[in-house]
Amino acid sequence: MPSLKDLKSRISSVKSTRKITKAMQMVAAAKLRRAQEAAEMARPYAERFNAVMGKLAASVGDNDEAPKLLRGTGSDEVQLLVVMTAERGLCGGFNGNIAKLARAEAQKLLAEGKTVKIITVGKKGRDVLKRDMGDHFIHHVDLTEVKNIGYADAQGIAREVLDRFDEGEFDVAKIFYSTFQNVVSQIPTMQQVIPFDIPETEDDAATADTLYDYEPDEAAILAQLLPRAVATAIFSGLLENGASEQGARMSAMDNATRNAGEMIEDLTIEYNRTRQAVITNELIEIISGAEAL
Amino acid sequence: MADTVQFDLVSPERLLSSVAAREVQIPSAEGDMTAMPDHAPLITTLRPGILKVTSDKGTDDYVVTGGFAEISPTGISVLAEQAIPCADITQDQYNAMVKEANDALSKAQEVFANEAGPVDEAAKLVSDMVAIGDEIGMSAR
Repeated sequence: MPSLKDLKSRISSVKSTRKITKAMQMVAAAKLRRAQEAAEMARPYAERFNAVMGKLAASVGDNDEAPKLLRGTGSDEVQLLVVMTAERGLCGGFNGNIAKLARAEAQKLLAEGKTVKIITVGKKGRDVLKRDMGDHFIHHVDLTEVKNIGYADAQGIAREVLDRFDEGEFDVAKIFYSTFQNVVSQIPTMQQVIPFDIPETEDDAATADTLYDYEPDEAAILAQLLPRAVATAIFSGLLENGASEQGARMSAMDNATRNAGEMIEDLTIEYNRTRQAVITNELIEIISGAEAL
Repeated sequence: MADTVQFDLVSPERLLSSVAAREVQIPSAEGDMTAMPDHAPLITTLRPGILKVTSDKGTDDYVVTGGFAEISPTGISVLAEQAIPCADITQDQYNAMVKEANDALSKAQEVFANEAGPVDEAAKLVSDMVAIGDEIGMSAR
């Protein structure tokens, strides 16, 4: 049986842990709101961009003239996985879930005899994957210093990916991130960025049929837009990730706070019981001492 | 004929402006063009330049650094890589843009020493930047 003093110090230590988790939860809630706003503000661009890309890709079609970024290299032997995770832990299963999805994909590809290369964005994903996938790492992007994800960060990653593509280092690129659904659910997602996966446009047939003029011409515009499409996909992935991370952290910290509360209750009951036992013991000693006289 | 057209200016980070415009002057890759309501459908790329939007409330100017524009009879969307209202732009921001263009030029000169195409393109970018500077009253140095 632990002594009274031990119990007391345990209670106070759990109490301070609860204060920390409570504070982290509140910080995450505030950051979540900002991250969500950022994700929402970026949405119009991505939507319009994808709509235009859809139109362009449809009009250029599948011919051999199409840029490599659109139609691929004709092989899928070497696959690049860009795994985007958080820089910090303590956010529940967030990093683990993304890493799990990426690992499953990598193992599937390896089983098919393909070559896998991995670029990690965010320290936590690298740590999780290092043990069994460490040999496949080719690059790591550090965003520790970045407070608010900007388009420039996404562009940096995109340039890294595109340079490697131009040098023929891989055939297919996929990005991994977590889609933000709500505070309690974030869905790990895999998205193919090279060759560009033409998004389903929700435009009705009337607009799809409109004949557009292109200036300069379709191919030139497409050649300019495709690298940007990669950057845009990465950017929206990063923003979704940002919101997901804070959401996951918020619910993880909420749980932790609640658990700490329960623990304090249990410990307090035990403390009181022990104290009572000590008092009863002393009384018995006094009474039996008095009776012996 | 409608006298206004829905105009949206979006950058990757946010929606900058969404107004009913009477005319929009767009710095397209092959020269400035002015789009008015009921314009024929057109998709064009942008060069760095000044975007002028005229609405009932007056004229708004933005510095854009490339991207593309989608014009249809009922709506004009400009998707800019970077867009800053002319009134808000600072000398520092402008210097950074000019520096980036100059870096691209020197890199192009290094990498494509024997090909005219990319070097010319980069040189054009620099001159576009300088032209922006003249427009908004800032020097390139």
